[in-house]
Amino acid sequence: MDWTAFFLSLRLAGLTVLILLPVAVFAGRFLAYRHFAAKSLIEAVVMLPLVLPPTVFGFYLLTGFGARSPIGQAWQAMFGQPLVFTFEGLLLASVIFNLPFAIQPTQRGFEAIPVQVREAAACCGLSPLRALWRIELPLAWPGLMTAMALTFAHTLGEFGIVLMVGGSIPGQTKTIAISIYDKVQGFDMQGAATMSAVLLAISLTTIMLTFWLSARAGRRLS
Amino acid sequence: MTLEVMARAEGPIALNLAFKVEPGELLALVGPSGSGKSTVLRTIAGLWTPTTACVRVGGETWLDTARKVSLSPHQRKLGMVFQSYALFPHLTAEANVMAAMTDQPKASRVPEARRLLDLVNLGGLRQRRPADLSGGQQQRVAVARALARNPKVLLLDEPFSAVDRATRDSLHGEIRALRAGLTMPIVLVTHDMNEAQMLADRLVVIDAGQMVTSGPTDEVMVDAAALRALGIREAGSALHARIAAHEADELTRLDTSAGPIWLPLIDAAPGAALLVRIMAHDIILSRQRPAGLSALNILAVTVVSIRTGDGPGALVTCRAGDEVILARITRRSARMLELAPGVSCHAILKSMSVARDHIGLTP
Repeated sequence: MDWTAFFLSLRLAGLTVLILLPVAVFAGRFLAYRHFAAKSLIEAVVMLPLVLPPTVFGFYLLTGFGARSPIGQAWQAMFGQPLVFTFEGLLLASVIFNLPFAIQPTQRGFEAIPVQVREAAACCGLSPLRALWRIELPLAWPGLMTAMALTFAHTLGEFGIVLMVGGSIPGQTKTIAISIYDKVQGFDMQGAATMSAVLLAISLTTIMLTFWLSARAGRRLS
Repeated sequence: MTLEVMARAEGPIALNLAFKVEPGELLALVGPSGSGKSTVLRTIAGLWTPTTACVRVGGETWLDTARKVSLSPHQRKLGMVFQSYALFPHLTAEANVMAAMTDQPKASRVPEARRLLDLVNLGGLRQRRPADLSGGQQQRVAVARALARNPKVLLLDEPFSAVDRATRDSLHGEIRALRAGLTMPIVLVTHDMNEAQMLADRLVVIDAGQMVTSGPTDEVMVDAAALRALGIREAGSALHARIAAHEADELTRLDTSAGPIWLPLIDAAPGAALLVRIMAHDIILSRQRPAGLSALNILAVTVVSIRTGDGPGALVTCRAGDEVILARITRRSARMLELAPGVSCHAILKSMSVARDHIGLTP
């Protein structure tokens, strides 16, 4: 059992969720309430990581973050280390490839709030921020929870992009999924089996917990 | 605090109207569906802004497109009751009411919410969530919530159209009773002319976004242009009556300044004041006092005016005591009876023709 890889994965997944939570709330809310010409284009771009092969997506991130790219150079200048093949670069990639998992369910959550309920909040004197906190977030909660659970579980399981952008540096970018692959490559089937089982259990628990909480919230609201 | 509204827009929703609502007055915006009634209400609330519009309450300007003043909805101190109730589903009845009290001291919120829920006869259901309340109960919570902000204007957007008829009747009664304690201008949007006539002090008739006419309810309901927009079948008068006695054969005798009338038993104590909507098409006119007729109610009236349109009908306005009675008869009948202003005749009304929801208690 590669505990280093295991905790690295948990840290990556946890931080990804933490960063994406506000992003999902504001982007999901914006896409749910507004109607504008470029909306379909933006929604399609957000969905891209779902349909592109991880290697293709990883390739673009690798070249986009690389030492010769503007982003890579700016990062190097600011923090004195490269963006690719570091934990920070992996986290940034993770945030980007999880955008659809975070934004889509959140957007659906906000879309499920009847327009008149939002208007009623305004007519009750609630400022937009207060309405978000007191009315909209509690109502969009099932969607938001699904988004965070999917993001968490998906980060644990992502392989292709992590390999492309992060390489396989122990303690830096070697996640549990990569570690399992390495174990199989090294004919350590026993180790791979243990870690696979752990990953399976965590993913299943996360999703089950979400479904259960979401159903409970749904019953409360209907 | 007087509410002044002016709105003009070309499209997508054409509007052209202006009206005032005095403190404590209930004004109903009526007209066919799609006429722009709700748009006017949304303009007052700040949920929609026409090209040119002005909304003033007391000395406060909420909207003035010419001066580029536009308060957002939460900055306008108003109460709004939506057709779909629009309660917050995750909050109890009490919390729904308290949600509108953000600018009040915390300590007073709970007692005030309880007082308001008692006012709408919902004291016992404070801890229920909207899903566990009936439509009528949800709308009562919505009314309490709308009042919770101490609004300067109360807006009611088709508030009773989603509930069944019996519930609507009792809600009408409650609104009439509630109004005695309300001092702000109230604007009601409805397509139900019975509701408008039973509740409103004044009417504004809108058709395709244009103001057709406005004025006191009794006057607008006999106005030719208003009736063209609303449909002639809505023509009717509202009789002010008082319960005199309940009689043994399940009839209630009412005293009106036009004379006594009998209606099927009304569930209210003798002495109670009522408004009874008498539809013009339910009235028969006769020059002689008829004998051997099954109809119980025969009122001596004087013809005030006769109006004929393109069709076969004539609308006869009659006076009896302080009351106006409208009769919709055929032009042929008007000619045969030689009706003319000043002519005395008798208005005949079947007791059984008055619908239950056309009788309302007034405080």
